[in-house]
Amino acid sequence: MADFLLAAAGFVLATVAMGLVRILRGPGDDDRIMAAQLLGTGGIAALLLLAQTMRVPAAVDVALILALLAAFVSVAFVKGFTRPGADGA
Amino acid sequence: MSLALDALTFLAVSAGAFFFLAGTVGLLRFPDALSRLHALTKADNLGLGLIVLGLLFQVQWPFAALKLISVWLLTLLAGATVTQLIARTARPGGPPE
Repeated sequence: MADFLLAAAGFVLATVAMGLVRILRGPGDDDRIMAAQLLGTGGIAALLLLAQTMRVPAAVDVALILALLAAFVSVAFVKGFTRPGADGA
Repeated sequence: MSLALDALTFLAVSAGAFFFLAGTVGLLRFPDALSRLHALTKADNLGLGLIVLGLLFQVQWPFAALKLISVWLLTLLAGATVTQLIARTARPGGPPE
C-alpha cells in the first residue's frame, strides 16, 4: 500500500507539473494564476499522500499551510489586478 | 478487514489521481479562461476530496482523520472563494465596475 501511495503522489505531482505549461503559454495573467492554484492543490494532495507513506505526520501541517498560502496568492492577485475604487473585490 | 480498507483506499486514491489528470488536461486544452477555471475547480474539489477519502481508511480515528478532513474543507472554502474572484477578472468585459 505504501508503494501505491508513493506512486500516486508522484503521479499527481507529474500531472500538476504538466499543468505549469499553462504559465508559459498564458495568454492572460488569470490563466497563469490558475496554474499556480492547481500547483497548490496538487501539492497539498502530494503532501498528504507522502505524510501517510513516509510516516511523517508533520507533513499534514505543511499541507494546511500550503492550503492557506495558495488561497492568499490568488486573493493578492485579484486585489492587485482590480483597480482601487472598483467595488471592493 | 485490512484488505478491504486497502482496496477502498486504492479505489479512492486512483479516482482522485484521475481527476487531477482531468484538471490538468482541461487547463491545457480548453479554449477560454472561464472553461479552464471550470476544469480547475474539478481538480481542486473532487480530486483532493477523493484522495483525502482514500487516506481516511489508513489513518487513526479521530484526530488524524479529522485533520485530513479539515485540510479538505479549508481547500474547498478557499477554492470556491478564489474561483469566484478569478472569474471576476477573467470575464470578457473585465471586472465589473
